Amino acid sequence: MGEKVVEVDGLVKRYGDLTAIDDISFDIRAGEIFGMVGPNGAGKTTTVECIEGLRRPDQGTVRVLGMRPGVDHYALAERIGIQFQVDALPPRIKVGETLDLFAHFYSNPLEWQKLLEQLGLSAKKHSPFATLSGGQKQRLFIALALVNDPDLLFMDEPTTGLDPQSRRAMWGMVEDIRARGKTVFLTTHSMEEAERLCDRVAIMDHGRIMALDTPDNLIAALKAETRVVFAVEGRMDTEVLSDIPGVTRVEQRNGRVVVHGSGSGFLGRVISALESSKVSFGQLRTEEPGLEDVFLALTGREMRD
Amino acid sequence: MLQTRALGKLVVVQVKLYLREPIAVFFTLLMPVMLLVMMGFILGNEPVSELGGRGHLDVNLSGYAALVIGILGIAGVPIETATRRETGVLRRFRATPLRPLTYIASDVLGNFAMMVLGVTVVFLLGRFGYGVRFHGSLPTLALGVFLSAAAFLSVAYVLASIIPTSRAAMVVGNVLLYPMLVLSGAVVPQQVMPETVRNVARFVPLTYVVTLFGGLWSGHGLSEHLREILVLGGVLIVGVALAAWLFRWE
Repeated sequence: MGEKVVEVDGLVKRYGDLTAIDDISFDIRAGEIFGMVGPNGAGKTTTVECIEGLRRPDQGTVRVLGMRPGVDHYALAERIGIQFQVDALPPRIKVGETLDLFAHFYSNPLEWQKLLEQLGLSAKKHSPFATLSGGQKQRLFIALALVNDPDLLFMDEPTTGLDPQSRRAMWGMVEDIRARGKTVFLTTHSMEEAERLCDRVAIMDHGRIMALDTPDNLIAALKAETRVVFAVEGRMDTEVLSDIPGVTRVEQRNGRVVVHGSGSGFLGRVISALESSKVSFGQLRTEEPGLEDVFLALTGREMRD
Repeated sequence: MLQTRALGKLVVVQVKLYLREPIAVFFTLLMPVMLLVMMGFILGNEPVSELGGRGHLDVNLSGYAALVIGILGIAGVPIETATRRETGVLRRFRATPLRPLTYIASDVLGNFAMMVLGVTVVFLLGRFGYGVRFHGSLPTLALGVFLSAAAFLSVAYVLASIIPTSRAAMVVGNVLLYPMLVLSGAVVPQQVMPETVRNVARFVPLTYVVTLFGGLWSGHGLSEHLREILVLGGVLIVGVALAAWLFRWE
């Protein structure tokens, strides 16, 4: 793992009586995609804004690239890129004009024409901001966040409000950004997104970090069961399945069999038992536990979008 | 520290954005011109005895020019800045190394250019379209225009700093603007106003712009308008100090 790019220690932020962030600590390492997931109001945006230096924490220390957010604001702004959850530009500013303008704010900007090309916005160079689609606006904001070639990129809910296609395109973009050696701090309320994109995930609820690890480790720690589901003609004798080591439960209903169980080689043993008992089965699939289940186990609640 | 590279680019973009906004252009640049054309059509510029043998446009032209400065300073700039703050455009700038002072300087320079352009159009149209005779000196008149524009832009930024939302900026703009337009003599000449109204008008900064423009146009030197220069200079200094202290990105 790389060096620490972000260090957060004992961060607390209150708004009046409400404690938005309740004593959280974590590090982000160079080159990783670090995700912070949780429902709306969990404190994700407040955390990001304290790290960016746009909000002042009530307690705790934050270091970003060795600098103090808010205090070393201008030096830090040269080396980070920020994409806001709610972002805006003047409606009549043109795409190319915007990038050219923002490139002039930094000491060592990238060639913005290339950036537009990479993000598929070259054709929109002369279009006013207000005429862009949601996905195009989002890509423009990513271009603005990348124009100074930052070491660390903040993305606050980058796919919220995007259609599924733009959402997948955005995931590809985030992976490309990481492949260029950048560190990404991403917040999302989509468990699917966190699982798919992030190297490590902090699960947040009510201003606290409930768990922090790789998605695989978080899921493994659940010790949740895998389900093997398949279709059979008529009814089968399920005894051959329930005798397999690791299987805890077998259900059969309307020509569908569900085998619950866990452990390494579980799936293979189920399939070979089916083969040797000459049962004709089809449409076999497995249902793995996901971060959704981790959240449920940690908070006792379903994550809702 | 002023960031010159960023500043130059930002001034150009600010002016372009302004010129792309038809409603803003109409109310700031075109309305005074339309007023001039309408009044020229209705009243003409024949000498009138109530105005001491001068024509309506001779008396009112400097008022129409002052309108440009009043409208942009009291309504245009505060509304635009509040809108940008409200929608998050200023926050987008805050996420970069751009300093607030650089942003303000760019906006002030851009609007300054627009004010000078608007005033110039009104004066040129009056002089060459309606034959309003110019007796003053151009450099002196230019100095008066620059001072007035600067003073009103500082007022604009004080308003932009204390008004939280675009809606509030529109309300405040209208509440301040219309009485100011009437009282200052920008639309109705001060000569025809009753004494009491003229006393109230002394507290309206635009009055000094109207008087200064009128005097400089008719051939007065700056030394004959020390009162106007002191008032507008005072507004400028106090405004800059207040705006620097009060301005916030968010």
